Amino acid sequence: MHLLEPRAEPSRTLQWAAPPLAILLMLLAGSVLFLLLGRDPLEAFRVFFIQPLESGYGWSELLLKAGPLILIAEGLAIGFRARIYNIGAEGQLIFGAVCAGGVAIYAQGHEGSWTLPLMVLAGGLGGMFWGAIPALLKTRFNAEETLTTLMLTYVANFLLSWLVHIPWRDPQGMNFPQSVMFSDAELFTPLFEGSRVNTSIFMAVVAVLVFWLLVKRSFLAFRLEVGGQAPTAARYAGFSAQATVWVSLCVSGLTAGLAGVGEVAGPIGQLNLNLSPGYGYAAIIVAYLGRLHPLGIVLSGLLMALLYLGGEAAQMSLQLPAAITGLFQGMLLFFLLGADAFIENRFRFLRRAA
Amino acid sequence: MMDHLTPILVGTLGAATPLVLAGLGELITERSGVMNLGVEGMMLIGAIAGFATAVGTDGSVILGLLGGVAAGVLAASAFAVLALSLAANQAACGLALTIFGVGLSAFIGQSYVSHSLAGLQPWAIPVLSDVPFVGPILFRQDPVVYLAFLLYVLVAWTLAHTKVGLLLRAVGESPEAAHAIGYPVLGIRWLATLTGGGFAGLAGAYLSIVYTPLWVQNMTAGRGWISVALVVFAAWKPTRLLLGACLFGGVTILQFHAQGLGLDVPVELLAALPYLATILVLVLISRDRNLLLLNLPASLSRPFLPGR
Repeated sequence: MHLLEPRAEPSRTLQWAAPPLAILLMLLAGSVLFLLLGRDPLEAFRVFFIQPLESGYGWSELLLKAGPLILIAEGLAIGFRARIYNIGAEGQLIFGAVCAGGVAIYAQGHEGSWTLPLMVLAGGLGGMFWGAIPALLKTRFNAEETLTTLMLTYVANFLLSWLVHIPWRDPQGMNFPQSVMFSDAELFTPLFEGSRVNTSIFMAVVAVLVFWLLVKRSFLAFRLEVGGQAPTAARYAGFSAQATVWVSLCVSGLTAGLAGVGEVAGPIGQLNLNLSPGYGYAAIIVAYLGRLHPLGIVLSGLLMALLYLGGEAAQMSLQLPAAITGLFQGMLLFFLLGADAFIENRFRFLRRAA
Repeated sequence: MMDHLTPILVGTLGAATPLVLAGLGELITERSGVMNLGVEGMMLIGAIAGFATAVGTDGSVILGLLGGVAAGVLAASAFAVLALSLAANQAACGLALTIFGVGLSAFIGQSYVSHSLAGLQPWAIPVLSDVPFVGPILFRQDPVVYLAFLLYVLVAWTLAHTKVGLLLRAVGESPEAAHAIGYPVLGIRWLATLTGGGFAGLAGAYLSIVYTPLWVQNMTAGRGWISVALVVFAAWKPTRLLLGACLFGGVTILQFHAQGLGLDVPVELLAALPYLATILVLVLISRDRNLLLLNLPASLSRPFLPGR
């Protein structure tokens, strides 16, 4: 029953080797899955991981999907480092998108160069507000943020559904639950001719830089970590555990809200019921796979984006359900957690043999 | 108003049943000191496995429900390997299980989208079902509803009055002490976790085979998470869990009766009520830290590795 015993020192090698190991295990499990489905694993992996990147357009799509994933994950990582588990980034994304969409809809007819910046502001603040609610509930009433952030995701979804069904429905939209299409002044500019990746990606770039500076150069990050991991020690040193909760949830809400703006003012161009293919959940995996490190998250965000593209390619070329992406995401997190267990522990029988 | 009360109360028990089942399972798991946040994932896996089994056996409800239980146990064992045997972070493992369950069930479910099943007819319990008002509400339900209530009695009695229950609670309160006396802490936690998985699988299979009875992607719609919250709300006590589940069952089906009740509010608001209510009960129960700590299994979500 007892497979493990603690190591004297945590393994630094494994700290960094765990993500590649988890990816390798995911590929192995994927091969078994493809064999079970009667597909040639090599061919399937070519479709999944190579084919999407064979064209310039494919690379632009990779960036399009990596942008929101990295943006959200950078915000989440700040909280995760402080052990504040915001798992409702999906809801904060949706609420941010709703706020930005509201600005866009009411601005139609008199929009100008101010419209998009205002949308970004509204979306960011909206996401932050949706994250601040669980922060209030946690600091004031001690309610677990895992459950409240998640419940608020469902609430945000119903709010969006009501908005696009009734007050904000496009009158010319054939009764589909969707808003009017946003005008050009309400959309991010494409980076390249004919691609969908747009200037919203710079929000992710800024997030990476800010988080990197925060971790490398500031005392704030340290205070946050202590505040989350050892509230008593933090209080003794004069840092507040409550501030940790507020900062963690507001920052991750902000980045998720901004990601929501990037989606509605980018590839989607309106409010509808398919704002996000689960970016808010996938970003949790991105954050952990990137070791909660600003640059690690960039790499893991690109990989996760590739999983999304691969899922779409597998649907078209192999007639496999696109949900296979979710399956790979889940396996990846499982294997990562399994590999992580060996950072601080090792197998018992290895020592016995020695 | 009175015309609607009976159908609402009848529907309440059906809507409460998956919450009772999944909640009881999570309660057992948490009483052993293990917090499995993967209930939503286990329910979804149970729902699709049960549905697929029922479709594959010409609509056998019993085999379908058993298939759901088996799938839930299997899903829980993946969690147990990581969170118990490898002592990984329980919250993260549970979340991983939910993400995995959402993906796996959607993947398998793709080919079952257009199928439908016959469901189950209610069983009228002789004599009792003829009692005015109470009869139709309590005693004209489908058999799984009765099963859920039987399981409640069984779990409540086992926890309070048997050696098994005592052992489970001992492991949850102080795994070190239980280990020192010579009880297999990890083994007991494994069993409690697998039991929780079986309950969640049954809850999911009930939704897809009997309650709906269709397969719809993500059909559990947060019921797994609500069950986890209900266990906190119930202060880890089966009877409070049962009452909480019935309350939530009522809130859940309110949206289907809004029109009849003359409630002129958006259907989305009513649909969001269970989630808002979950936040509300969490706030109410968590507000008093001392009361929460008094009832909380002391070792909850703390991994156990002997010799650490």
